[in-house]
Amino acid sequence: MGELFASTIWPVTVLVFQILAIVVPLLLAVAYLTYAERKVIAAMQLRQGPMTVGPYGLLQPLADGLKLFVKETVIPTGANKVVFVLAPMVTFVLALIGWAVIPFGEGLVLADINVGVLYLFAVSSLGVYGIIMAGWASNSRYAFLGALRSSAQMVSYEIAIGLIIISVLISAGSLNLSAIVRAQAEQGWYVFWHFPMFMIFLVSILAETNRHPFDLPEDESSLVTGYNVEYSSMTFALFFLGEYANMILMSAIASVLFLGGWLPPLPIWPFTWIPGPLWLILKICLVLFIFIWARATLPRYRYDQLMRLGWKVLLPLSLAWVVLTAGVMLAFDLLPAAAG
Amino acid sequence: MATLDKVARTILWQELIKGFAMTFRYMFKRKVTLNYPYERGPLSPRFRGEHALRRYPNGEERCIACKLCEAICPAQAITIESEPRADGSRRTTRYDIDMTKCIYCGFCEEACPVDAIVEGPNYAFAAETRAELFYTKEKLLANGERWEREIAANLERYYPGYRAPRPASRSKTLCSLLLSESNMES
Repeated sequence: MGELFASTIWPVTVLVFQILAIVVPLLLAVAYLTYAERKVIAAMQLRQGPMTVGPYGLLQPLADGLKLFVKETVIPTGANKVVFVLAPMVTFVLALIGWAVIPFGEGLVLADINVGVLYLFAVSSLGVYGIIMAGWASNSRYAFLGALRSSAQMVSYEIAIGLIIISVLISAGSLNLSAIVRAQAEQGWYVFWHFPMFMIFLVSILAETNRHPFDLPEDESSLVTGYNVEYSSMTFALFFLGEYANMILMSAIASVLFLGGWLPPLPIWPFTWIPGPLWLILKICLVLFIFIWARATLPRYRYDQLMRLGWKVLLPLSLAWVVLTAGVMLAFDLLPAAAG
Repeated sequence: MATLDKVARTILWQELIKGFAMTFRYMFKRKVTLNYPYERGPLSPRFRGEHALRRYPNGEERCIACKLCEAICPAQAITIESEPRADGSRRTTRYDIDMTKCIYCGFCEEACPVDAIVEGPNYAFAAETRAELFYTKEKLLANGERWEREIAANLERYYPGYRAPRPASRSKTLCSLLLSESNMES
């Protein structure tokens, strides 16, 4: 019994608590991201935003969540019920499991695997399955068109993201996210060395998470809301949570790859005094603000423009940058030693 | 050169940055919306809202059942029935306004020789049923009591120095009242 406790029960308990320590704050962050989004966009449009529920509308996300929770889940007659219910769960779970490899500080990571970047890339690519399952299972034209658009778009922009990540990997010499952050401590943040790639990365993650100005999958004016038209209640809430959790995950990836993760801007006193996880959170908030800011500023792209941007602009640019980075590093003998 | 200029602007995201800078500046501007039920915009003293029947300070009803408001109402929303009271003065026995018909033109208050029917500053009187919007004399008098301070203040603001007609003494007839009292005393 004691042996079972030591070998299985105790490690599992610790793991569950670690997971909860990530997931619970994440879900709260998602709730308040919706609030922040509404407030920021309202401010940019000279409105006040939610003000009624709680002081300054601070309880609005809870009210919204409660509303969705107590509503009835409607499953359309023509829908494939199993896939229909499974799709939001897939989206939601995939948005959460990516967090396993995000380093919050030195050693503060749930799974410190040495292929962290590949894992993240795989998880974000799988995200498209939830959407296409939802679109197909709904048995509705709008949902199906939205899902098709979404999958085509995500696949296209993932290629650009992949090449951008390769530039970072060449510089860091590791696929481990903690190692990438440590490399940035020595070399300086990659946002300086790879600035054009950082900008392209921001554009690509907007497309990857189906956000404005690339929110064609949920194009209200032509598709109602796209792949989630037929969803209601908790199934809709899961999509919503998944989408926003994905936004936060992508912001975290951008922070880790380009903005130095948990590192303070300068390794001197007033900055080093603030703990690392807080720096990461600040950086994530900054990138999230750009998400929201873009939504308030830019009109939606046309679909062919979106595809042209992805394939004819971002892909060649990021490919050229990979060649440039590799060439420069080889020529000046800057290649990092192969990480053990 | 012009082409180069254009290409440079595109590559350097000039328009994008301009757009982003504008939304960022707007974020700190004063909000133009009101937090409605708690904050309300200013109203003109001439605002024509919910109707009210007023009383004189001594509690006497102003309305003398002349039916001018009923006659002028373009929507025919007002219904009045009247008969002499025990002391000989004419008074309404029924004064109904169908608020679903009313177009809030303000002719009734303009027609009224004794400032009895007025449109007050209240605009939030939505009801859940039509029946609640068929206002009776009691409802209108209650409105008058509820809004008298605001209504009197608005009249004072809009017609400075204006004093509303005083109540008729018992011996006076409607005719002499109209002749002598409804003129403005300056």
